[in-house]
Order: sequence, then C-alpha cells, then structure tokens
Amino acid sequence: MTTVDDIKCECGHTNPVGTLLCEACGNPLQKEDGEEFPDMRYDGVSRRSQTFSRTIVDKIWNFFSSVRVAIILIIIVLLASIIGTIFPQEMYISGPAEQVYPEKYGIAGEIYYKLGFHNLYTSWWYITLLLMIGTSLVICSLDRVVPLYRALKKLPVKRHLSFMKGQKVYTSVSLSQDKEPVLDQLQRSLSKKGFRVVREGYSLVGEKGRFSRWGPYINHIGLILVIVAVLMRLIPGFYLDEFVWVKEGETRKVTGTEYYVKNVEFKEEYYDPEDVPEGVDVEGRVVKNYQTDAILYENRAADTPGAPPDLVEVHRDQIRVNHPLKYKDLLLYQSGRRLNEVTALNIDLIHLEREEVIGPFTLDLYHPESEIKVSEDTTVRVLEYFTDFEWTEDNEPRSKSPDPNNPAFVVSVISPETPAGERSWIFLGSTLSSPDGEPVYGFAFTKPEIADVTGLMVRKEKSLPFIYFGSGVVMLGLVMGFYWQHRRIWINFEGEEIQIAAHTNKNWYGLRREVQQILQSIDVERSIEQLSKGGK
Amino acid sequence: MIAISSNLLMLAFVLYLVSFIAFVMAVTGKKWSNRDPKEHSERWGRIGFYLTAAGFLSQLGFLVLRWIAGGHSPTSNMFEFMAFLSFAIILAFIILFLIYRLPALGMFSLPVGIIMIAYASVFPKDVQPLIPALQSYWLYIHVTTAALGEGVFAVGFAAGLMYLIRVTDQSQKQRKPWWKRGTTWLEFSISVVLMLVGFILMVTIFSAIGYEVVYEVTNETGMTSEVTYTLPSIAAPYNGERITDEGFGPFITTPGWMKGVDPGRKFNTMLWSVISGVILYWLLRLVVRKRLAAVAQPWLRDIDPAVIDEISYRSIAIGFPIFTLGALIFAMIWAAEAWGRFWGWDPKEVWALITWLFYSAYLHFRLSRGWHGSKSAWMAVIGFVVVVFTLVFVNLVIAGLHSYAGV
Repeated sequence: MTTVDDIKCECGHTNPVGTLLCEACGNPLQKEDGEEFPDMRYDGVSRRSQTFSRTIVDKIWNFFSSVRVAIILIIIVLLASIIGTIFPQEMYISGPAEQVYPEKYGIAGEIYYKLGFHNLYTSWWYITLLLMIGTSLVICSLDRVVPLYRALKKLPVKRHLSFMKGQKVYTSVSLSQDKEPVLDQLQRSLSKKGFRVVREGYSLVGEKGRFSRWGPYINHIGLILVIVAVLMRLIPGFYLDEFVWVKEGETRKVTGTEYYVKNVEFKEEYYDPEDVPEGVDVEGRVVKNYQTDAILYENRAADTPGAPPDLVEVHRDQIRVNHPLKYKDLLLYQSGRRLNEVTALNIDLIHLEREEVIGPFTLDLYHPESEIKVSEDTTVRVLEYFTDFEWTEDNEPRSKSPDPNNPAFVVSVISPETPAGERSWIFLGSTLSSPDGEPVYGFAFTKPEIADVTGLMVRKEKSLPFIYFGSGVVMLGLVMGFYWQHRRIWINFEGEEIQIAAHTNKNWYGLRREVQQILQSIDVERSIEQLSKGGK
Repeated sequence: MIAISSNLLMLAFVLYLVSFIAFVMAVTGKKWSNRDPKEHSERWGRIGFYLTAAGFLSQLGFLVLRWIAGGHSPTSNMFEFMAFLSFAIILAFIILFLIYRLPALGMFSLPVGIIMIAYASVFPKDVQPLIPALQSYWLYIHVTTAALGEGVFAVGFAAGLMYLIRVTDQSQKQRKPWWKRGTTWLEFSISVVLMLVGFILMVTIFSAIGYEVVYEVTNETGMTSEVTYTLPSIAAPYNGERITDEGFGPFITTPGWMKGVDPGRKFNTMLWSVISGVILYWLLRLVVRKRLAAVAQPWLRDIDPAVIDEISYRSIAIGFPIFTLGALIFAMIWAAEAWGRFWGWDPKEVWALITWLFYSAYLHFRLSRGWHGSKSAWMAVIGFVVVVFTLVFVNLVIAGLHSYAGV
C-alpha cells in the first residue's frame, strides 16, 4: 500500500513516510547538504512515534515510545525505592505505625509516616509508576521492533556510497588486481568468521548475529510477563498469606483454607561439637534444624455449613526451614517457634462469698474460645484478648504484637447472680476486678498448660510459575542481546576502488578487529585507529 | 585443611600484589631508556597476567579446600563472601584481559580485587556451621552468581575510572565552579578508594598491636552486652559506656537509628576509614604536588580512549545478565523457597533492584541515547559504588533479613 506521503528514493524504491535511510540502497532520504548522516540505531526505519503526532492517541504513543521517558521513569522508581529503605517499612515493624515512627525516628519518622512512605511499595503512586514503566516497555518495543524487523529482513547487497561513507567503520582501498579473485578471497574470509555472505555483481554483504537484535525485545516481553504475573496475585484465590500457631499434638484449621494441620512433633536441634568437621566453630549453641512433623488433613465436610469437620489425612511431611510442605497449591513454611510456652491458663472460678469453686475453665492463649461454660448456669465470656499487652501513653490498652508474650483477657462472668455479667481482667498470674462494687467472683490459677508451639506460615502463590517463566524469557533476551552482536560488513567495487563499510549494534572494537583481519586476507593493512575514523 | 586454605588465600593476595606491580611496570616503564615501548609493555603485561593467573589458581585452591573442610560452599558469611567477590573480580579481569590485552586494565582492576581480600580479612574468619536459614543449595547458586555479576561490574568500574583519568582535562585554567569540574569528582572518587585502603591499614596496624576498647551497651529491652572495638573509639555505641580505662575517646555517640550487629563499632570504623583516607590522599598529594589523576594521566596517554570506553561498557554488558540472574531471579526463587514469598521489599532486595535499575538506566542511556565517553564512565563508576553500598552499608545502616550474613 502506498500513500502520497511515501518517499521515493533516487534508486527507484518507494519508502514509507518517516524513513530516514532508503530501505533498498541506504541513501539518506531527508538529508540536507552538510547535515550529519542519520543515526544508524534502528537502520533509519520509519517509526510511528517519529511520524505522527496529531491525535491524542499519537501523543500518548509518542510519550511512552520515548526511551528518554523510559529512563526518567526508571530513575524516578529508583529514587523512590531508595526512600523506602530509609526507615523500615510498616510490615517490618511491630506495633501501630502512627506511634512507632515518631517514637523511634523522631520528627523525620513522623514526616515519613505522614507522607505514607511507611507503605511506599504498595502505595498507589509507586504502583502507578511501575505500570507506567510496563506501558513504556510495550510501546517502546512495538514502536521499534516492527519496522526494524521489516528493515533487517531485507538485506540489500549494494548500498549507496553515502550510506557506506556514513558508517562509523569505513575505508577504501585502491586495487589494480583482478576483481573476481579478490572478491572470492573476501567472501571466504567472511564465511570463515561466521558471516552469512550474499554476493551480487561486484558487491558483497556479510551478516551475522541478527537474532541478537531481538534480544532487547524478548527481554522486554519477559518483563511484561513478570509484571502481568505479579498483577495476577490480585485475582481472588491466587495469593494467600496467613499464619498459624500449632501446639504439639494439636490439630488446627489452616487459616484461609479448608485444610487442617496437626503438629505431631516440633524439634529444635543443635550442632553437636563432636559431629562437625575439625576447625568449624560451634561455640555457643548453633541451631542445626527447626522442624515440624506435620500431618495435613482435608475437611470433607467443608461444603456443609455448620457440620463438624470430617478430617481425612492427605499428606505428611517434615516442615523445615527452606523445605516447606507442599500440597497442591498450599505451602506451609517453618517460620516460628516457642519452646516450653504457657499455651493456656487453667483457672478455677470461685464464688468469693461462699468460698466455693464453681468449676475450672481454660483460657487458650493462641485460640481462645469466646464463650466457656463453667457450670450449668455459669459461663465465662471473653470480651477482649490482648496477646502482648501494654498501656499506651493515653492509657488505652493495646497489643504490642500478635505473639502471646504478655497475655491479658477481659472476661465477663454471667450467672443468675450476675445476669449482666461481671467484668474482670485476667493477666498471666494475676487478676483485677472491676472497681465498681464488691466482686462476686474470683479466680484461682492452677497449673498452666505448657507445650512447644510451632509457627507455620500459610501461603498460596499461583502466579509463581508465570513469574519464573517471565524471568526465563527475560534471561533469554538478555543473553541474546548482550552475548551476541549483530554485525554487517558491506564491500563494493567501484572502478579500481574497493569500499568497505561495517556496522554493529555494539562492541565496535571487536568489529574493527574483524574488518582488520578480513582486509589482511587480501594483504591490506589498516590499523584500528584508521578504521575508527569512519567515512567522514 | 582450613589452615592450608587460609595460607592459599594469603598467597593469592601476595601474588595479586606482585602482579599489580608488574602491570604498573608495564604501563609506566614504557619510556625508560634502552627499550622498545611496545615490547616492554607486552612483556611485563604477560608477566603480570601469569602472576594473576597463579594467584587466581591459589585462590581457587582456597575456595575448594574451605568448601571441603567446612562442608558447605564458602559464601555463608561476610569474610567468605568478600573473598569470593574478589575471586569474581579477578576472574572477570582475566576474561576481559584475554579479549582486550590491555596491561593498564590490570593496573586498575587488580587493586579492586586486592582491596576486597583485605576487606574480607577484617571480618571473623571462622568456618561456621550453617544455620537453618542458609541450609539450601540456593545459597551456593544465588550468592555465587550475584557475586560473579558484581565482579564483572567491578572491572567496569575500574575501566570507567581509567577512562576518566585518561580524558579529564587536567589543565589549571578552568573557569567552571569547583563542583562542576570533572577533576574535583575524579579526585573525590580516588579518595574514596583510598578510604578503603586507609581502613584496611588502620585495622591491620591496630590489630597487630592488639589494641582493644570495650564498651558495655544497653539495648532497647534493657539487656546489656559487651562490644569490643579494635580501633580507638571516636564514636561510642548508642547507650554505651566504656569499661576499659585506657585509650581515648569517645568524642561522639553513634546515632540510635543505625541498625545491625554492633552498629557503634561499624560507625566508628567508618569514621576511621574516612579520616585515614583523607589523610592518605593529602599525604600523597603533598608528595606529588599535583592532582593524583594528573599523575596517572600521562601513563595512559597512548591508549585509545574508545577502547577503554568499550571495555567498561563491555564489562557491564557481560555482568548485567549474570547479575539479573543471580541477584534478582535466583534470589526470588530462594526467597520463595525459604520465606514463602518471592519478593518482600526487604532492604537488601530493594537495593538489588536499585542496582539493577541503575545499570538498566546506564544501558538505555548508552544504547538508545548515545551516552558514550565520560558520562557513561561516570555511570560505570557510580554503579559499582551502588553495588558496594548494597553489599556493605545496607547491612550496616538498615536492619533486614540478610543481617545474618555476618554484618
């Protein structure tokens, strides 16, 4: 298809509008006298972004097709990422962010928090920047790869003299010998160096490593795949991040799934100084292994609301650090432990006036029940539970962390005598009755439950294979693009003169050396410096 | 066996020093009387190269023996990592030397490798058994690949510095303000390298005389512990009290936001590095009475800047895919295996990404925007500074999941 805007070269070839170098002979098409030879980067092809700028789509396309814009985006993301490492992100601190940052880092911390930098990497603007880089990747690549493919697919043999002279590597030699044997020799030495040679009349072109030109585009496609795979985590069910504490011997529901996990045994093993090789230092105690022997059950009654769990064993594994349990999509990681921990408080409920034990009850520190029946007509209701209790500056109770380091319960005893409930605090080893009026009930601690508790991280990450695939594509593109290079050498006899021009997308030194060696095969000496001057 | 392996590292260190001297001879001795410059340079360049190769084999012996003796790859703490990084730098240099055959490259690359070995020796050298978090074959794969990539970047840095020394205008009449002059920043870069040298000198001297200052440090939860300084204390640890009588200082206190293991000691060490580096720089400057880069410039005069420019670029082009694979992709796979997420915005991860973004910007500037020469060389220099920052300072200043790496 040709349009009025198409440019006709003096050699007779019609080029699409925007072409800088004639696709057939390489003659510069839009060059005024005295102007520099156009950049060879994309072989002077017509690119959409350099040609149209009328509509809004053109403008957006042109914006994102600019490598300059891409670099600016990269630099902005780079600087923003640095800011995010000045103070730890919210996920790496414990306690409420609005208090931790000013307390720990002073005024700078407060500003950091107020500006939202404590969650920088998940902020809307950071993600927007990443998506803009993604857009730029797509448009930059499309803008260049399609026309470049067109241009490189044709490999015209004879090129215009001004094209030859415009190359960074150009030299000419006067030869009075027979042309044919010289050309034969040149063709042989080019082939020996791995060039694919095409000969037409008194002209030669050698090319190798064209596929490396596609490296950057393949690498960019890989990056796009990775970005898409990361976005897939937003699809419900693709990504799960939970945590579950399981006592030894206990079976727990795996948070966020229909599975149950049993902690058969938790082991913490240390290196035995006898067993390590000589010279290896095990001073102090060095942990060798954290391990949970676990059984995974599936709840077959999960679909029936209200039905008691019907557990069927589906998998057994030893969960160790670096060796998670894998079952279908579910991953369980060894990621915490508490040895000889108080896991539950055993308490006798006492009627103070009658000095009578109404009954024992248990407050589980990991998974407290909300209502516990102590006797026929008495229940204890857990109103609030602070795992790691402390008072804030404003005298508000709060939890420093989700781990039961300093448990505190607010309970209410409901009985015929106290139908509205009598509130009390229960701490580790002490209680505090509500200040209004004489309390009816008291609490007496008996021996608490002690066990090893394992902390298991619960994960699902269905996008992982896609991320690895994308990364593989990135690597393929990088290796293609950086470990090979596209080299072309044009040779042309013009009367007694032989003209040689060469182009590469990188590693000019290597190309010059190759040209030098090829010339040596016809007994012509050119130094690297002579070949560096170009045709100008 | 561990003793033999340590001796092999020492041998490698000495061989690298000698080969560095050979490369200096090759570069600076060309104009000596009675010799053909080309032949002289080639001869000494060859000697330097063989010595480097011998040192490399010796260092390989160190790695192999230490691996066998310790039962795991020697990349599990800061000493082992830095020693491996220097191994990677020398390997990268050998490859690039074989391509370009430029003795001057040895003169600039070997010191980087030598400094890394010396820096490694500052850390505890014990072979430690692997803690559970490191018991994975990804320890070998991720750490070695990342270090190899960084090693090639180091040669890019050395060549970048060489290019800048070669082309920066050293004439006195410059009208630009000082902060816009290439010479200022070039001298600054050289003094940063000297700071590393100064640091190694200080540590070596003070450990030779057995200097020690002990502080008692109270941490956030009220627990106390002892911190031993092997350098005189300029900066006391945060919430620390000196318990040894002798010695001087402290003059200041380490800021509380510095994290990691013993931030006070590391901050103190950093101060010593800066001070000794600055003193070293000005001593040298007094001796030569010229900018240091101006001294080195004539040695490089007969080298085509375009070749140095290409070596620097080529190193980064070779290193970039390796770095991507080791520091990002393998890192993601291991993180998914060990921590249950492939990416968690841990400071070290972020800094690996920053390094990667920086070199991507470099490559785009160079390949698409035509940044060659000085601009590109400056980026190669800064890029490696980012690498060193990621390796050393991120652990020093920012606590993160990688803290068990020994820093």
